[in-house]
Amino acid sequence: MKKERKKNLYTLAVWTWSWVATMAIATFGPKYIWDGHSVLTALAVSVNFVHGILMIFANRKFFNNLDELQRKIHLESLALTLGLAIVVGLSYSLLDVTNLINYDAEISNLVIFVSLSYLVLVTINTRRYL
Amino acid sequence: MKNRLKVLRAEHSYTQEDLAEIIGVSRQTINAIEKEKFDPSLPTAFRISKLFKLPIETIFYFEET
Repeated sequence: MKKERKKNLYTLAVWTWSWVATMAIATFGPKYIWDGHSVLTALAVSVNFVHGILMIFANRKFFNNLDELQRKIHLESLALTLGLAIVVGLSYSLLDVTNLINYDAEISNLVIFVSLSYLVLVTINTRRYL
Repeated sequence: MKNRLKVLRAEHSYTQEDLAEIIGVSRQTINAIEKEKFDPSLPTAFRISKLFKLPIETIFYFEET
């Protein structure tokens, strides 16, 4: 069981990194590699999308293979992260719409916030059961 | 919920890691159950009961505080 969990974690890490890599290619490729060629750009975006879907499946497999305590820890963290993402995301958007901040609200900032929140919450929840 | 898991494990000379492997959970889960920070699911409780050949209610019991 432990071996299978490690294998699932490894698979998830591989798909996550390949998703990040294809995201970087799709983002910077049009400007620095293929000079804005629209077919290549569409292909890069499609490849990135497919890798994202495969990463989600790998994450589901990893999650389903966790034991009951680990699943509880991750579920609690996910619930809080989802709530935080909606509340903070909409507040951030409101700040932009009402011109209380003098720059555009970037989705990447929200992604970073969600990732860090999840990481911190999983750490806190794991420590609660030590 | 209270339990006698730590005592039973010691009587059978199992480490937390051994027990976790046999029951099919992580070592952290065994530790959390022993410290009464986490109540196991019914399937896990049944597997523990079967391993120690004892009824569930003699391993896990409810004590009102």
